[in-house]
Amino acid sequence: MMKTMRSYAAALLLVPALGFAAGTDVKLDHAPIDPTDRVSLQRGAHAFVNYCLNCHSAGYMRYNRLQDLGLTEQQIRDNLVFTGVKVGELMKAAMDPREAKQWFGTPPPDLTVTARSRSSHAGPGSDWLYTYLRGFYRDPSRPTGWNNVVYPNVAMPHALWELQGVQVLKEAKEQADGYMKTVGKLVIDKPGTMKPVEYDRLVADLVNYMTYMSEPARAQRVTVGLYSLLVIVILIGLSYALKKAYWKDVH
Amino acid sequence: MASTENKLPVTGAGPLNGVLTWVDQRFPLISLWKEHAAEYYAPKNFNFWYYFGSLAMFVLVLQIVTGIFLTMHYKPDAAQAFASVEYIMRDVPWGWLVRYMHSTGASMFFIVVYLHMFRGLMYGSYRKPRELIWIFGMVIYLMLMAEAFFGYLLPWGQMSFWGAQVIVNLFDALPLIGPDLALWIRGDYVVSDATLNRFFAFHVIAIPLVLVALVAAHLMALHEVGSNNPEGVEIKKTLGPDGHPVDGIPFHPYYTVKDTFGVMVFLALFAIVMFFMPEFGGYFLEYNNFIPADPLKTPSHIAPVWYFTPYYSILRAITEEFMIVLAIAVFFYGVLILRSAFRGSMKTIALIAIAVVLALFWALDAKVWGVIFMGLAVMIFFLLPWLDQSPVKSVRYKGGLYRSALGLFVVVFLVLGYYGTQPVTDLGTRISQIGTMLYFAFFMLMPWYSRMDTTRPEPVRLA
Repeated sequence: MMKTMRSYAAALLLVPALGFAAGTDVKLDHAPIDPTDRVSLQRGAHAFVNYCLNCHSAGYMRYNRLQDLGLTEQQIRDNLVFTGVKVGELMKAAMDPREAKQWFGTPPPDLTVTARSRSSHAGPGSDWLYTYLRGFYRDPSRPTGWNNVVYPNVAMPHALWELQGVQVLKEAKEQADGYMKTVGKLVIDKPGTMKPVEYDRLVADLVNYMTYMSEPARAQRVTVGLYSLLVIVILIGLSYALKKAYWKDVH
Repeated sequence: MASTENKLPVTGAGPLNGVLTWVDQRFPLISLWKEHAAEYYAPKNFNFWYYFGSLAMFVLVLQIVTGIFLTMHYKPDAAQAFASVEYIMRDVPWGWLVRYMHSTGASMFFIVVYLHMFRGLMYGSYRKPRELIWIFGMVIYLMLMAEAFFGYLLPWGQMSFWGAQVIVNLFDALPLIGPDLALWIRGDYVVSDATLNRFFAFHVIAIPLVLVALVAAHLMALHEVGSNNPEGVEIKKTLGPDGHPVDGIPFHPYYTVKDTFGVMVFLALFAIVMFFMPEFGGYFLEYNNFIPADPLKTPSHIAPVWYFTPYYSILRAITEEFMIVLAIAVFFYGVLILRSAFRGSMKTIALIAIAVVLALFWALDAKVWGVIFMGLAVMIFFLLPWLDQSPVKSVRYKGGLYRSALGLFVVVFLVLGYYGTQPVTDLGTRISQIGTMLYFAFFMLMPWYSRMDTTRPEPVRLA
């Protein structure tokens, strides 16, 4: 019984396992996020203040802006503000940045606009974050005991390891064009409190929130844009008719 | 006073006649209006390419107005600049819109200006008697580059910081005065708060003032000699019985309504970028610039914003090895001048210049020459009115030689621009070097190929 369950679990773990070609850039996984999904955004915000905000700040974002996600100020105060600050304050880390620098060697960066700054021609910042947060593995050679496939030798330990469990990087042979190449494969060594699908969902929600936080005006931008275009198209028509009328007598 | 009675009352403005008369008797209102709009006769055959002048003016106004509002919330302080931009993006009502207008407007300004310049290249708008219009325009372009460079530091992101660091260090490479000059520009030994403050001063007041004045000069020179057109016909040569050009139409209302239509179409494109892709794939707003400036962390790849990249490619193309190729090219250019039938004095000057250049090739190292060639690549546009020796202005009546040269130049400009955004590779450097040769050949060989070209005579009148 135990054995079948274990093999079942192993099969499950292998499904979302990421393939990495050793020594080359990691192919980023597409983050399954939806900026209109308020439940996902609220879950992401909750995960963010619980797991990220201890060390990282979101120092350009105010708590009460989270009303965008369909929360009231009271709800924000009760469920998301843990540092005892006012709801109109900026989301500062609980940890003193100087202490953080002593612990990690580098102060944890501000995360407000990380979803934008991590964008590249390889994909949007959300894909980077989604792959990064699922890419930690155990590495005893690192001071923290953790390493990351997306960000090699990162100073950050795996903050969500209790949820995801402990991954290890295994070498595997893979058929390439006419030869076998060695690729790194992440495999769960010790399961965490969440199943891989659940963990992926949580990370997706967190990334969804971080993408929202990087540009809270995004939704309004798109709406205003559509209305503006509508007006501009009408103005194009009117100005074209005006031009035609004036130019009738030019030959 | 006598003068107030001399001027006739204004008519045709309905209830405003009284006010306008009062003003006009004290200020040349009506004559200015007539000279620059209602009785400025422009050729009737302006095509698509003639929209970009008025569009450039439109973007200039847009940048100034949005800039004023940004200045109300922006903090030119190394400790607060980055945060103040995010404050504008989040906490200032409609701040995101104003900021995106300004950032999109910066790139759009260059797109419009490059197309405006290309129009000049196609139809020979720089040719006599329009040399000064071209020169004023080129100075506007230089000022615009300065304006963009100073402005790009202000968000105080990683690319802002390191881009400024790289560009200011170019001056450092110059012989003798270099290090002191770079220090003087920065106001510090690295790009710092002092640099940010002075760049802010240049960006918000010094350069905009110069820009507005130059635009006025550009337009006054244009209205003095009259506009060129796609046929290259001088419409002032054929006047009607009323003393106005037969092939001209008053700028107002004909071109004011036409340009209004142009502005509307432009606004649609502008809005699509600004509202739906404000970063424009990392080209209009670079991703790295969402990381606050950090003097201790050099980004692995520093590239200027796209509108500078053709010149950046030329800078990076000049290597020790490539200097030999350049020296050989300059030598053969000297032979070409010797064998050509120019005036004797010109020959002597040119030969001395080439001898000096060849001597300096060995005296200065490749880094310095990279900076010099980058500068020359921009400045060489100034010489166009005298490099072009074709008997006709417009590309429509020029032959295959000029057309191929112009087409090749556009391709080279774009290819150089592309490689300027990319990290250095062997192939990229090689292509940039070929591009650099072709770029300069377009200008330097123009006196020859524009004469050899088979042209057709330009018409006297517009059809």
